[in-house]
Amino acid sequence: MVSAAPLAGPTPLIDVHAHFFFEGCGRAEWDALNQARFRAGERIGISIHVASILGSWGRFSPTYFASPTDTTRGNDAMQAIAERNPDRVRWYVAVNPNDTAFALAEIDRRVAAGAIGVKLAAARRADDVLLDPIAERAAEGGLPILHHIWQHRRRHWPGQDASDGADLARLAARHPKASFILAHIGGGGDYRHTFAAVHDVPNVYLDLSGSGVDRGMLDDAYAAVGATRLLWGADITLCTGLAKLWALEVIGLTSEEMADVRWRNAVRVFPQLKWGQGTGNGEPGTVIPHRSHGSQFPVPGSRQ
Amino acid sequence: MIDTNAYIGGYPFRHIPHPEPAILASVLEREKLDGAWVGHLPSAFYRDPTPGNDELFAALAPHPNLRPAPSIRPDWPGWERALASAIDRGARAVRAYPPQWGLGPDDASMRSLCAACGEAGIALVFTARFEDLRQRHWMDQAGDLSAAAVRAVARGNGRTRIVVCSAGRGTIEEVHWGLTPAERELVFWDISWIWGPPEDELALLLRTIGADRFVYGTAWPLRLAQTPRANLALLPDELKHVRLADPSGW
Repeated sequence: MVSAAPLAGPTPLIDVHAHFFFEGCGRAEWDALNQARFRAGERIGISIHVASILGSWGRFSPTYFASPTDTTRGNDAMQAIAERNPDRVRWYVAVNPNDTAFALAEIDRRVAAGAIGVKLAAARRADDVLLDPIAERAAEGGLPILHHIWQHRRRHWPGQDASDGADLARLAARHPKASFILAHIGGGGDYRHTFAAVHDVPNVYLDLSGSGVDRGMLDDAYAAVGATRLLWGADITLCTGLAKLWALEVIGLTSEEMADVRWRNAVRVFPQLKWGQGTGNGEPGTVIPHRSHGSQFPVPGSRQ
Repeated sequence: MIDTNAYIGGYPFRHIPHPEPAILASVLEREKLDGAWVGHLPSAFYRDPTPGNDELFAALAPHPNLRPAPSIRPDWPGWERALASAIDRGARAVRAYPPQWGLGPDDASMRSLCAACGEAGIALVFTARFEDLRQRHWMDQAGDLSAAAVRAVARGNGRTRIVVCSAGRGTIEEVHWGLTPAERELVFWDISWIWGPPEDELALLLRTIGADRFVYGTAWPLRLAQTPRANLALLPDELKHVRLADPSGW
């Protein structure tokens, strides 16, 4: 039990970029890692972890090039974690677009089982036409796509077909009705290139996660796209996620903008995200408004 | 508690929002830190850092809690005079940047500097990296400070406190377990670049190596000063009250 006040304050907080592990994924300490995420999440005050599992995390097929069998294995595990933790976990269905028919079927199957978004890693460049049917399906279903991004891809990086902000911007321009979450601006590379690349692409949201904590990164992201297109996340370093929340409070965001970044933008981007009364870090009685049922809950600053 | 990993001045490969000493002083106050060992960031990239040291002392003079940690390049002619000058002006620590100066792990001059620091009773500070390897500018070819380079200086050292800033778990473990117990006692690591949960590498190192091997550091103005505070706040319960080494009395 955690009795102390949340380190990031009492208002709702949604981590849009979380990961879990599972038995057989190749990490012997898989359960300790999951428990550490939950423990730190409680300390920070994370209301909801929106998470994915990327195949077998490299045990049977590469993390960023997961086989269909591994994709199923990882999504099975992710679904099970979400079902065991309905008060604090929501999830993405992760797919490899190279197996297009399988990917579309997997999306449909997992959405029916509760997935609220699609995770694409780095098995195909973001602007590849192979992603179009997935983006179309995501737009139809109100499923944001969290896309792994290398901030300014200037060369090939081993283990992945990395995409950068410009690649994702091209995909997003082709699918203006879909929402795209550009992963981890602190996850490596030149984030200023990303900010310039997506500045004029309104359906691309920046996820603040990643181990990078450069001074100036948050200021520049805020200046480039405004608070309504920033989403808080931690990815695999919750310590840097907490530091960024504290830093956002001192770089000039208003309390309304902080609420946008902490949770309200996530609610807008994930139409199917809602959580129940008094759970997580919501105030008692909180029902989070969402786009599909949002008319009775107007959200300040909503793009709609 | 003091910040062992702070700088003033610009960085050649990207814009730094707040390189001024007055801002650093206010950041320390906000972070409830008593002071900092402050380096002159541009000096790491000067061939001869001596002019940067003059700028550093002048810039920090109005800020008594910002203690100058000037740069000494030990393969440069006359480095002993530069060191003596730094000591005369009150330096309690000096910084060296072997990768930026092209000095490999086997460079003997770094061991000479270490010995001279020991004789003077001041600390020697290294910086493992300024930026994540994944975002380096194409002209920034220096690479990270290697564990081998730290071991080469630390082995046989019996007097000088060596502080390594911005190192990660791998480097720390390679050095620590590659030294004798006596040598280890003189090597300290700042916590600015060690991961917290879920990997919990800081917790692991505090358990395996001991809290007294670690010092507080932020890497300001390159990185968010809140990061080490967040990392300590997220330690597991049994480590919540650990005390890091405090160099303010060195």
